[in-house]
Amino acid sequence: MATVKVQLAAAVRSLTNGESKVEIEAENVQGLIKALDERFPGLGEMLSEGTSIAINGTIMADAIYESLPDGAEVHFLPTLAGG
Amino acid sequence: MTVTEEPTLQPGYKQVGSRPIRPDGVEKVTGKARFGADLYLPGMLYGSVLRSPVAHAKIVSIDTTAAAQMPGVKAIVTGDDFPDLAASGGRPDQVFLSQNIIARDKVLYEGHVVAAVAAGSVKQAKAAADAIVVEYEAIDHVLTVDEAMADGAPLLHAGMITRGVDPAPEEPSNVANRIVHERGDLDKGFADADVVIEREYTTKPVHQGYIEPHAAVADVNLDGRASLWCSSQGHFSMRTLTASVLGWDASRLKVTPAEIGGGFGGKTTIYLEPLAVALSSKAGHPVKLVMNRDEVFKATGPASGTRIKVKMGVNNDGMLTAADIWMAFEAGAFPGSPVGAAGMTIIAPYDIPNFFVEGFDVVVNKPKVAAYRAPGAPMAAFAVESMVDELALAIDMDPVELRLKNAAIEGTQASYGPKFARIGFVETLEAIRDHDHYQAELGPNQGRGIASGFWFNAGMNSSATVHVNEDGNLTVLVGSPDIGGSRASMALMAAEVLGIGYERVNPIVADTEAVGFNDVTGGSRVTTATGAAVIQACETIKTDLLARAAKTWDVPIDEVEWVDGQAQHTKGSETPLSLAKLAAAWGRTGGPISATAALNSRGAGAGFSTQMCDVEVDPETGVVTVLRFTTAQDAGTAIHPSYVEGQMQGGVVQGIGWALNEEYVHNDDGTLANASFLDYRIPVASDLPMIDTVIVEVPNPAHPFGVRGVGETGIVPPLAAVANAVSAATGCRHLNLPMSPIVVLEAINQRNEKG
Repeated sequence: MATVKVQLAAAVRSLTNGESKVEIEAENVQGLIKALDERFPGLGEMLSEGTSIAINGTIMADAIYESLPDGAEVHFLPTLAGG
Repeated sequence: MTVTEEPTLQPGYKQVGSRPIRPDGVEKVTGKARFGADLYLPGMLYGSVLRSPVAHAKIVSIDTTAAAQMPGVKAIVTGDDFPDLAASGGRPDQVFLSQNIIARDKVLYEGHVVAAVAAGSVKQAKAAADAIVVEYEAIDHVLTVDEAMADGAPLLHAGMITRGVDPAPEEPSNVANRIVHERGDLDKGFADADVVIEREYTTKPVHQGYIEPHAAVADVNLDGRASLWCSSQGHFSMRTLTASVLGWDASRLKVTPAEIGGGFGGKTTIYLEPLAVALSSKAGHPVKLVMNRDEVFKATGPASGTRIKVKMGVNNDGMLTAADIWMAFEAGAFPGSPVGAAGMTIIAPYDIPNFFVEGFDVVVNKPKVAAYRAPGAPMAAFAVESMVDELALAIDMDPVELRLKNAAIEGTQASYGPKFARIGFVETLEAIRDHDHYQAELGPNQGRGIASGFWFNAGMNSSATVHVNEDGNLTVLVGSPDIGGSRASMALMAAEVLGIGYERVNPIVADTEAVGFNDVTGGSRVTTATGAAVIQACETIKTDLLARAAKTWDVPIDEVEWVDGQAQHTKGSETPLSLAKLAAAWGRTGGPISATAALNSRGAGAGFSTQMCDVEVDPETGVVTVLRFTTAQDAGTAIHPSYVEGQMQGGVVQGIGWALNEEYVHNDDGTLANASFLDYRIPVASDLPMIDTVIVEVPNPAHPFGVRGVGETGIVPPLAAVANAVSAATGCRHLNLPMSPIVVLEAINQRNEKG
């Protein structure tokens, strides 16, 4: 089980008691969202909706089954549209 | 001119980096290429769309009785002919899209579709559309973010509660969404600054200005399946979106891509397609719908008009200490402006320790905005890059030097969150600083402006199938419409992998039933992601060819290698087998040779550009002439440098238009006053100097050839580059776009009055 560092955007901090950085154990993104939701009820739904994820700087869409390396830095980002 | 860092993989390319003629070039220059409006089918009817003449009104009634009796009329559709996605639990984005395709109980902008007619000729269809009687009950309209956000403003959507606000507002408003990015301590950041400047910037809505208007032909069969031909940036997405508006399964629709006469983001969504399908379904004939220019301006997506407030601080060493930013973006009639991307890009080029970025997505009575190259980023960069220019002047520092001191590099925590991987921003700054243009002398009434810009670029889903033909040549099938030379890029990458000549590869943009799914040609993703699929399929074919050669020679496969387009026996005892020879014998080695790859690309590399502009301002008329323009952009690896340069130049030209001329002008009643290219002035060749390009190549480590997207980044800096140049030439800071002659002249006169 990897321990990852999650940076939480300002938009979700009402659900995290203002916490912006969380260390949490998870094997993949799906597990991470579940773990975050257990710690901060309601956060899982927000993070599952219209978000991309950045794992160690690489931004990915549809990354729910992506595995997480130990020590990874994880950010949830809005899904982006391009032109 | 090209500045190249050695690629991380496969140095010594033979095809990648060359400049062959594009495969679709002959058909396009001889007029044979078929664009959206060029398709004619037996028994085909012609459509006409009835659009709202007012900006905001309740639809009291629609009477089609007289229109239905008119000569040649075969079908009429209104909102009642489409499913109510809100009632059936559709996602908000699907509901809004459906309501944008055709109005139900309200019209929300001039040009909003009310009904559509199919008849035997365009003239008959138009006459019948004009005969439809619609009774409207006028509602006050809002055209700008200021009007829409004002207390007591008329609401476009009765129940819209702003998202992103905690606690959620109790009252509805025209603000659909709020975004925030923050870091550090803003008060401390401004306290650390030696100079703090605060400014407010505005930009007007501008259109993507593609030359080809939207067009669609639909043919619904008796079995309920339908074929659709349209010009778009992604026929798979057209299928998905059209099916969602119709309430169909996507697989009922086959979408064939027409050639596209420009899109720039504006053709990543649908307008006519569901109307054509619904009309064809009702009429039992194929139906063609083609917009005229008036409709394109009034009913298809412009880019947002914006208001952006920026307060920034810098110390005397040139280090940016804090940024406090407020943005409001027009979304048009439905939520979904690119304010989110604007918030993520606005200070992304810089490592600023303290910032607060807040943005609002605001609905107004104008057409729903659509993507336009690097959506949201050009307006954002206009504000911050103008501010950076002013801060550099305030501390008497070279503007490139200030940017270099604060530039994001590999490992910098981007303002939007994650750390940057290897990026080439510094290299673009150095390329501009070291260019002879930078030291060129300026004359009277002339000024020079510098600006930089960032865009994420995208990966997303792509598929490709590669067939080896019986003569050993390749057919490469992709599902990404070619809007910027991607056929050539696909062919070059396939040729590179298999070691054959470019001319032996035939790249085809295939329909939705002939190749696997591809996301839109947008986000500067095709060379990266669809290219990766082509590379992967070609690698599979290479592996197959090696196995077939081993079988032919009856040797172990590890004694076979692929060199210069042929299989060679490493021990040298066999005559090499070319691709043509292996293809000719495929029946003996396992049958035809082909491979498919499908992937969700994770390897997009961020793009940066720095640009430099010289202008001359006529002090008598306020007319701005762009004298010289140089753009440096990190392409990762330029697969086809000519098309990279074309993308860079195209972005600059559109940015110059945005800066100097282009704007939607509305009458007091909310109608558009300049819905033609006579009154909406895009730059033409005679307005422009040669746009000099410097391709910077800092390979993207996540792509097999080091590719970064190049289609969008180039439009991010020019608004500010031109504004900074005009400000330098006139001695007064220009905060509002466009800088049309009357605006510039007024600023000069005010400066003169102040002495």
